[in-house]
Amino acid sequence: MSSPGTGVEVRLVDLCRRYGDVRALDNLSLEMAPGELVALLGPSGCGKTTALRSLAGLEEVDSGQVLVGGKDITHVSAHRRDMGMVFQAYSLFPNMTARENVAYGLRLRKAGSGERRRRAGELLDLVGLATHADRFPHQLSGGQQQRVALARALAIRPMVLLLDEPLSALDAKVRSQLRDEIRSVQREVGTTTLFVTHDQEEALAMADRVGVMSAGRLQQIAPPAELYERPRTAFVAEFVGLTNKLRGSVHGGKVSVLGTEVPVLDGSVESGDATVLVRPESVIVAPDPDGNGRVVEATYLGSLCRVQVQLDDGTTVLAQVGSAEIAELAPSTPVRVTVRPSPVLATA
Amino acid sequence: MSRRIFRWLVLVLVGLYLLLPLFAMVEFSTRGAGNSRSLEAWKGIGTNSDLVAGILVSVELAVLTVAGMLVLLVPTMTWVHLRVPRVRRLVEFICLLPLTIPAIVLVVGLAPIYAWVNYLLGNSGLTLTFVYIVLTLPFAYRALDGGLRAIDVVTLSEAARGLGASWLNVLLHVIIPNIRAAIISASVVSVALVLGEYTIASLLNFNTLQPVIVLLGKRNAAISVAVSVAALLFAFVLLLVLAQVAPRRRAKAVEGES
Repeated sequence: MSSPGTGVEVRLVDLCRRYGDVRALDNLSLEMAPGELVALLGPSGCGKTTALRSLAGLEEVDSGQVLVGGKDITHVSAHRRDMGMVFQAYSLFPNMTARENVAYGLRLRKAGSGERRRRAGELLDLVGLATHADRFPHQLSGGQQQRVALARALAIRPMVLLLDEPLSALDAKVRSQLRDEIRSVQREVGTTTLFVTHDQEEALAMADRVGVMSAGRLQQIAPPAELYERPRTAFVAEFVGLTNKLRGSVHGGKVSVLGTEVPVLDGSVESGDATVLVRPESVIVAPDPDGNGRVVEATYLGSLCRVQVQLDDGTTVLAQVGSAEIAELAPSTPVRVTVRPSPVLATA
Repeated sequence: MSRRIFRWLVLVLVGLYLLLPLFAMVEFSTRGAGNSRSLEAWKGIGTNSDLVAGILVSVELAVLTVAGMLVLLVPTMTWVHLRVPRVRRLVEFICLLPLTIPAIVLVVGLAPIYAWVNYLLGNSGLTLTFVYIVLTLPFAYRALDGGLRAIDVVTLSEAARGLGASWLNVLLHVIIPNIRAAIISASVVSVALVLGEYTIASLLNFNTLQPVIVLLGKRNAAISVAVSVAALLFAFVLLLVLAQVAPRRRAKAVEGES
């Protein structure tokens, strides 16, 4: 067990895992600093859960190494790894109360009954369920069950906390609330945490760094803002947030798109025609009778609006504007569409 | 209203169909001289040494069969659910086979094997445990499979493993307590099967309860019928007791709270 408040370093080195012809993990390497919360984000089947299960010891890897705190645990059995895990499916033991569930890991570690009771009480208090200690799982809501599962995972003071889409079975309101709770609890205990999700909002909101996976490979891992603003591949740009694909021409580290010269990000093509990936919030739409497009649709989303514009060449562009501007962007309004000079990715 | 009357009518008819033979057996076993009632036949149960020996052997067989069946099936089926779900159909097929083979055919195959069993283990009636475990497989498999399907075996096991549980701990602390109702159900069916089995025991020349009842019936029909009623009552009481031990239906889950 790790000491409370101190995480350990985790390294996955060149992990490979095949299922028949499918490469679930394709030389995946990942480093996590002590106490860091890393989210793995990606579409279904990209290998993110396989990566987490390999770290947990629930999945064997074909090759590669799993190092925790500098120690190679690649071939250590799951029950000897000291990992706390919260699953997507409700995983509380139905025959035990919330307190017994939380204390189960300590019972296996031969902790005395007083110690078990005290620690379980502390953890249930941490997740705000001290008054529900004697309830069985079927007497708890989905959100409460996941909070107890989190307390159970933390009770053993795990080396690493593993969260396998723990919020995906919950409704939006509970999910948002629990997301903040998990983050605050993780910060408090300081356990190195790997969080797997397909929900980009969840990943960006919770993680210190977000890794985007595709076809068993880590496409990019970076802090949320960097990942969003400076995607390194077209896949990352398209998977994280909304992206317009516009034609442009690259020369001298800049790309000319919709009449604006915009700097290009690392990983862009060096010269020639390119597909430019532009975020909706980088698109400027202004009413103009001599403009280069017409509004197709304007959608009110509260504090902001999404405006869909068809350019004269037939390209459709999505723009994000303030809700005050929607009044002058009614469908069929002629508009001029330009791009803010923030760096963009230009791909072949 | 008419539907309600129909339901009651069906209930009464089924009740009569099931209870009349029992009532007739009780009536027959309590006939005394003339028109009087007597419990002589019932008192005779405890004093007939062959019968007492037959009852003891059958009860011991029931206990051993249930224990053997659970030790064989629970870990095997759990492992199949966890690790090799693709062989579930095969295991099911093997477990259901005894249903499709008539007892007399089983005996033809078992007789030479039991010659060796008797040679190696002696000719105790308890050696029937082996064949009774096979006979209980179809019924026990169904009950246990239902129990295992009702819980998320994989996630619960992985959760327990992650917390530090060995496979034995997973089985004892997580799987078995959560399929208790299925285990009880499989046990009840097995006990009933062992107490009621006649063909194999008789043809292999073992004096378990049913062959003894038949033999006794030829000498003293009243005692034979009394024992049959007692065996039925025993099974009924056993069912009641086990129903009390089985987990209660769960309260509805809480909704809406975070």
